[in-house]
Amino acid sequence: MPVTVFLILFPLIWAFVIFAIRDNKVRGIAAYIGSGTIIAAVGVLFVQWLRNGRVPIKLFYNTETADHFILAGEIVLMLVVTYLCFKYHKYWISVLSIVPTLMLAYFELMGPELHTIPHIYIDHLSMLMCLIVGIIGGMIIVYAVGYMEGYAHHHPEFEDRRNYFLGLLFFFLSAMFGFVMSESLLWIDLFWETTSVCSFLLIGYTRTDEAVHNSFRALWMNLAGGVALAVGIIYFGYQSHTVAFHDLIDLSTQMHMAYCVLPIALIAFAALTKAAQYPFSTWLIGAMVAPTPSSALLHSATMVKAGIYVLLRLAPAMAGTLTGTMITFIGGFTFFVASIIAIGQSDGKRVLAFSTISNLGLMVACAGVGAPETVWAGVLLMIFHAVSKSLLFQDVGATENAIGTRDIEDMHGLLYRLPRLATFMFIGIAGMFLAPFGMLISKWSALRAAVDESNILLVLFIVFGSATTSFYWTKWMGKLISRSHETGDRLKDITRRNEVVSLTVHAVLMILLCILVPFISKVYVDPLLIEMFGKYEDVLPMGVLYTMIVVIAFVFLVPIFSYFIGRKMRANVKLTYMSGINTGDNTMFVDSFGEPKRLWLSNYYFRSFIHPHQLRIFSQILTTAVLLVMMSMIIGGAL
Amino acid sequence: MGKVKKSPWLLHYDGSSCNGCDIEVLATLTPVYDAERFGVVNTGDPLQADILMITGGINQQNAPVVKQLYDQMPRPKVVVAVGTCACSGGVFRECYNMLGGADSTVPIDIYVPGCAARPESIMDGIMKAVELFQKRSDEHDQYEKEHKGEAGPVDPNINTARDKVKMQEMKGAADA
Amino acid sequence: MNHTIFYAIGAVLYIVGAPFLGCLMDGAERKLSARMQGRIGPPLLQPWYDFVKLLNKQVVTVDRAQFFILTSYLVLMVMSGAMFFSGNDLLMTFFVLSTTGTFLYFAAIVPSSPYSSMAASRELIQEVCYEPAVLLLSVGFYLATGTFNARAVFSQNTSLVVFLPGFLASYLFAMIIKLRISPFDVSTSHHAHQELVQGVTTEMGARNLALFKLAEWYEMVFLYGVVAVFILNSSLVSVLAAILVDLVIFFCFVLIDNTNARVKWENMLGLSWAVTGLCSGVNLLILMMIR
Repeated sequence: MPVTVFLILFPLIWAFVIFAIRDNKVRGIAAYIGSGTIIAAVGVLFVQWLRNGRVPIKLFYNTETADHFILAGEIVLMLVVTYLCFKYHKYWISVLSIVPTLMLAYFELMGPELHTIPHIYIDHLSMLMCLIVGIIGGMIIVYAVGYMEGYAHHHPEFEDRRNYFLGLLFFFLSAMFGFVMSESLLWIDLFWETTSVCSFLLIGYTRTDEAVHNSFRALWMNLAGGVALAVGIIYFGYQSHTVAFHDLIDLSTQMHMAYCVLPIALIAFAALTKAAQYPFSTWLIGAMVAPTPSSALLHSATMVKAGIYVLLRLAPAMAGTLTGTMITFIGGFTFFVASIIAIGQSDGKRVLAFSTISNLGLMVACAGVGAPETVWAGVLLMIFHAVSKSLLFQDVGATENAIGTRDIEDMHGLLYRLPRLATFMFIGIAGMFLAPFGMLISKWSALRAAVDESNILLVLFIVFGSATTSFYWTKWMGKLISRSHETGDRLKDITRRNEVVSLTVHAVLMILLCILVPFISKVYVDPLLIEMFGKYEDVLPMGVLYTMIVVIAFVFLVPIFSYFIGRKMRANVKLTYMSGINTGDNTMFVDSFGEPKRLWLSNYYFRSFIHPHQLRIFSQILTTAVLLVMMSMIIGGAL
Repeated sequence: MGKVKKSPWLLHYDGSSCNGCDIEVLATLTPVYDAERFGVVNTGDPLQADILMITGGINQQNAPVVKQLYDQMPRPKVVVAVGTCACSGGVFRECYNMLGGADSTVPIDIYVPGCAARPESIMDGIMKAVELFQKRSDEHDQYEKEHKGEAGPVDPNINTARDKVKMQEMKGAADA
Repeated sequence: MNHTIFYAIGAVLYIVGAPFLGCLMDGAERKLSARMQGRIGPPLLQPWYDFVKLLNKQVVTVDRAQFFILTSYLVLMVMSGAMFFSGNDLLMTFFVLSTTGTFLYFAAIVPSSPYSSMAASRELIQEVCYEPAVLLLSVGFYLATGTFNARAVFSQNTSLVVFLPGFLASYLFAMIIKLRISPFDVSTSHHAHQELVQGVTTEMGARNLALFKLAEWYEMVFLYGVVAVFILNSSLVSVLAAILVDLVIFFCFVLIDNTNARVKWENMLGLSWAVTGLCSGVNLLILMMIR
């Protein structure tokens, strides 16, 4: 099926085309064509796969030439990383790239004779990732064309390298498609490293000291994961003479091969770094210096999901093992702690970053438990999170362009100043935590599965974490809908048309997903589970489903109805209560000098109560200790 | 319609005074006199209050405050002046900054004399206010019934920039 | 089929009867409180008089959005209560309940008034305090009965309180916070108590306040109803026992309300999480071990 190859090669070629075009307008059009083509290609692939009866697509058994290209790609990547490390005097980081690349090169050239395996394997999970990457990625590129125009305008201090930026986004999409479609672990490793390097290059886009510093932090953490991945692959290759991802899982779940424990643990460890779990979470926070489209695409919607994707694949193999316990603990802990730290943040993008880490934590924990219910929850969480986070990131970026700041405190009354953007933001936030949106039903299922698995720690993490999660989201929503304590005048919405297109598509997707949860669960996620576990589990009881539908109807319809009823009702509008010294327009009061003084309302941030910095350091130490102890237990047990 | 007199909620404002009456009002609301047996609640929030109870006189500084609190109360409402200062300005009447008693700023319905007013008489004042409150409520209902379906006066929506100017014009005009 | 009708009746009874029951309970609370302070206190139907009066007053609002948010709050509260009394999924019910709380927060924060905004934030903190206990309660329920379905209690031979004493303790603690009883009345308080003017209700007058009161009655009945889940079992005597326990708890809450001063929110948060973590956590651990 040539579409698969097309999906990998087209963005790759297009990246260079975009890079080469100097004219902004022409490049914009080229980018639209590119993203349109990608979305269409994903659509074609999806339809072909559906018409094939949804059986897994297995392709490319003999890939002598392609394998050489892959190896060459690895070496090119290594050279690029090494060059940049030396340029910025971070010599030791290059070791993290050189060592695994040389090891893999040795393995491929001098290693054991490998069984013939398909190199492309598309099942439900891969297809889902393809859809997410294609649709969201395509829309984000549309958004990026408009956003980067504004960005170049607002930040004249940075060199305008839009061609480089957009080109990298396409390059990343190519790697991401390759990653989710590959079956050969060797291919997966290349695409894995490529996404790491893309992320590194995008974070360093502005070339400020902070950006460079943060980009290298992201690089070394991701490369460290890459080392674990490479070691895992090579170990597995030597033991079993195959490098197929599915073989690893089958050998582990069906044959109970003892040698699978170590590679699974190492690959899961690598996934932790990618999914920015504690103690590796800092790279994702640092990544927020990058322009917003890259935050939306790489650092919340797709690339970090690569870690989740790997863990979900490994889930059946991790169920009930020490690795599973470790992953569950790290995920649950991250979910809880990151949500607490998010309370202390007022920068919109930082809140989004922490909430991304936190939500990824929940997905990681779901995968770690490895039961069908939790995988069900994890998959749904992944879908919802991808759409709503991408929407939120883009919206915060657009808002920043319009009001000049992305501090949540400055978004007071945004609904009256920038109604369109605020509405999108509202939808995105509601999608993240409010009943009856999908996140909630996933939490429901995750909680039940955690109880079934008698995982008391995870139960506590979910329960307390969901309380703190609602706290930081709700107070953000409150900020948006508060009447303005500033002038209350509408600002000019300078969001560009292409940005609005992307935002609208996301918002509509979000609402559709919310309504279609039961349907998606039945038609897509259940078959996915059958494919993965070989048996059918009715995760969502019909009673809950009907309740869900009623709740959805109520939560949507009641506010709408009462809004229209309330609008017609007569009511006397009074001033807000300010002890009788309201100056008459609710924005000012009379101070002790008899002068009008502007009112300023602020949220609670709990900073002196939760000490975000100390909490972060504590959690890093704790999780590092847990990882060290458990990894050494696993390795000790396996050898 | 309903018996509203069983639930008179108070808003207490202490103007320019020696605070004697202020203390007496609080005493009235303590368990000793148990005003709550008549349903009285000291709300402290004009939007929820039915009876505005003013102690002390009115001076230049607190006149707008009293006016605003009065404006914020929903109809029907009753105002009670408690103590000599609130009734007439009392010993402060001739001070350079005084406007006089509470009636210099808002319409007073019930006057409770005394320096300081005794809790018993305050309670009596409240009871009189309650009767008046019921009467006004009935009148209000009657009015509503007669004018059913008519478009009421346009409400000043203070939240839009356009109406803000209008609001400023209307400021100070009591809605009673 | 018969059961379905039975549970539908439960929901209808709740929707129709809860305001009256809640109103009576509110009145009884005020009366009892007054007696504890050595006063006569208001008539038992005082809350009803207040309610009627509020509906009779001129319709005032600070922000037009308040009305529709408060209506949504009320309807969702009724809905979560009805979900519970019709024996629906307990965890789902509590999730809807937390969404309901969000609407109250919106109603308080939308006018951008200083007092009401601050109280709204405090309301949100209260939510953080009680939510874990409430969610854990459904977890405990699931462990004891094997389902989240609230109707399962009627097929139990022993009352759940035997298995879930820790959950009951932390739920009662959460209930004090949810009902805004001193010492945890940080977001708004009742009757003569005051801080931050009237807390979340500062900007609600006349009809808006009536909506809030009504929702509060529904909430009260709902929360006391949840206590009954711990007591009820397949025997009919348990219904009496449940009512008795509710009355005792009601009395204790009034006593606590009258004997405690308000604490700072930091203490509230720390205390409630500690209680929840300890009581529910230990109970959960034991349940999981004996399972």
